[in-house]
Amino acid sequence: MSIFVNGDTRLLVQGITGRDGSFHAKQMLAYGTRIVAGVTPGKGGQTFEGTVPVFNTVAEAVGATHANASVIYVPAAFAASAIFEAADAGLPLIVCITEGVPVLDMTKVMPFVRERGARLIGPNCPGLISPGEAKVGIIPGNICAPGNIGVVSRSGTLTYEIIHQLTTNGYGQSSCVGIGGDPIIGTNFIDCLTAFEADPKTTAVVLIGEIGGADEQHAAAYVKTKMQKPVVGFIAGQTAPPGRRMGHAGAIISGAGATAADKMQALEEAGISVMKRPADVVPLLRTRLGIT
Amino acid sequence: MNLHEYQAREILRRHAIPVPEGEVVTTPAAAKAAAQRLGGRVVVKAQVHAGGRGKAGGVKLAQDPAEAEAVAGTILGMTIKGLPVQKVLVVPAADIASESYVGIIVDRGTQRPVLMVSAAGGIDIEEVAAQTPEKIHRLAVDPRYGLLAHQALALGFALYADVAQARAAADIMQKLYRAAYDVGASLAEINPLVTTPEGKVVALDAKIVVDDNELDRRPEVAALRDTAGEAPSEVQAREAGLTFIKLEGSVGCCVNGAGLAMATMDLVKYYGGSPANFLDIGGSSNPQKVVNALKIITSDPAVRAILFNIFGGITRCDDVANGIVQATAQFPLTVPIVIRLTGTNEQEAVRILTTAGFSALTDMDEAVKQAVAAAGRAA
Repeated sequence: MSIFVNGDTRLLVQGITGRDGSFHAKQMLAYGTRIVAGVTPGKGGQTFEGTVPVFNTVAEAVGATHANASVIYVPAAFAASAIFEAADAGLPLIVCITEGVPVLDMTKVMPFVRERGARLIGPNCPGLISPGEAKVGIIPGNICAPGNIGVVSRSGTLTYEIIHQLTTNGYGQSSCVGIGGDPIIGTNFIDCLTAFEADPKTTAVVLIGEIGGADEQHAAAYVKTKMQKPVVGFIAGQTAPPGRRMGHAGAIISGAGATAADKMQALEEAGISVMKRPADVVPLLRTRLGIT
Repeated sequence: MNLHEYQAREILRRHAIPVPEGEVVTTPAAAKAAAQRLGGRVVVKAQVHAGGRGKAGGVKLAQDPAEAEAVAGTILGMTIKGLPVQKVLVVPAADIASESYVGIIVDRGTQRPVLMVSAAGGIDIEEVAAQTPEKIHRLAVDPRYGLLAHQALALGFALYADVAQARAAADIMQKLYRAAYDVGASLAEINPLVTTPEGKVVALDAKIVVDDNELDRRPEVAALRDTAGEAPSEVQAREAGLTFIKLEGSVGCCVNGAGLAMATMDLVKYYGGSPANFLDIGGSSNPQKVVNALKIITSDPAVRAILFNIFGGITRCDDVANGIVQATAQFPLTVPIVIRLTGTNEQEAVRILTTAGFSALTDMDEAVKQAVAAAGRAA
């Protein structure tokens, strides 16, 4: 088992003929993900890599292939439109990799996505992977291994670092979800924690947060009151100065509770074991899982 | 991107929000002339991207044009929070009957633009929020319909009992809401929104922060950037497509990915060092980006050691290795360098680096420890 994507995922790639889209579509195919369609307006009728039909619109692609998830690699200026289109076509899962989507665009996207009953992951995220089943996005497949640890993160390469620690120490993953570093994102920590708590395969969860916002505090409250499974956490940005955007649009210390220290304290108080550095992940997991 | 007060005022004016007259000048003589045109008694305000201008002495009242010249002379020579004051805004000294606050911010929790108003204006709204949160009225706006007239009027009545003033404030709020979407603002605020002795409602000071992600599609807003008000190294980095923030420490960091960059800085601190910067070379790196990154890092005299931490995914380790070799061929390093890379094309990268006489590590903790030790020795 896994969360959000698995061997039954029938994936559609928006922007499949673009530079990033084609590169990552090939990687996903190589990983064994079932890509059933691609969409690039004006390239309908073509075939990608000899196997994947390309359509002009998402609605056409869904009608012809019964795709049930989409991943978006279009440039930032067109990303909001691509999410609208995917939700309008009735896709239940939409993963937006694109970085740099204006936050005011997202204020309009979110009510639309909710009304259509879709789940959006991202934007500005590395996507997700259920090792051995499906990879949707850009997380390198070779650093993952099938297993029982759930990983949820606001980051990209930092997530890879921690997955790498897990895999090389013999801890495979049920699913790894990168929820994205923007202020407005479709899926938050609590959505993922809820899914991991319900997933029979997952035995423990690693949560990777960072400065900015209060999503980690909300997650902590959820873990304290609703979760049985052990959670290990990390917060990036202990040395970040206030008021400066640390790369991610969402990673900025503004207002109360947004510092790394505030978040680490909230996690500790909720019974989450907090790493001081990425290399602590395996020792802490061992302790929480009662492995000596 | 932060806009200056005078730029924010101009945006409000274009959206038909009542804003007092004012002139931006760069010399004391021009301030004097502006004061003459504006009626003699004026306020001279430093235009810098720093909070607490008033407390730092960057906002001063002048009774006549001669005093405006003198005051402008003082302010134009000042440095506020490290930023030299190069422009001042001269506005007529206003008689004020009351001061309020009106702001729009994109709220992460509700995922909507939230209008905040308070009759306790003129002071830092975060102070009001911390000490008397009941004095702030909030409304999460449904962006599909915008700020509706009755919603704005209800907020107007939260500020003023007088219906004419409440309507005037409501009209300003609706215009501010449209202005925020027009320029792509993540924050737009009027503080204070004042009433004059005649009962008029006027925006006296404005602050707008534009979402950096809006700038590509709004060149007219991007053109408002004042690079003179930023650290030169940060301007250089932005033009090279890198995300860079200068800090106070001695370990220069070059990392791919914002989260890993922050975690690397934290680990430098954990092992007793202090990071000189945040630098994210981004996802699809090419060797030239690495060359540019090294140029920026090495131009900081406080840097005593350089640390590369690359987790290859989209970023190819061999690209980074080639960049390091090219850069050091162009300008030899005068400080030690510690390189950690793992992931995509790691073996090729190690081959390139060792051939060129560098050593490469694969463990993040080990690399950070070595960089901190090297910075300590070099100090």
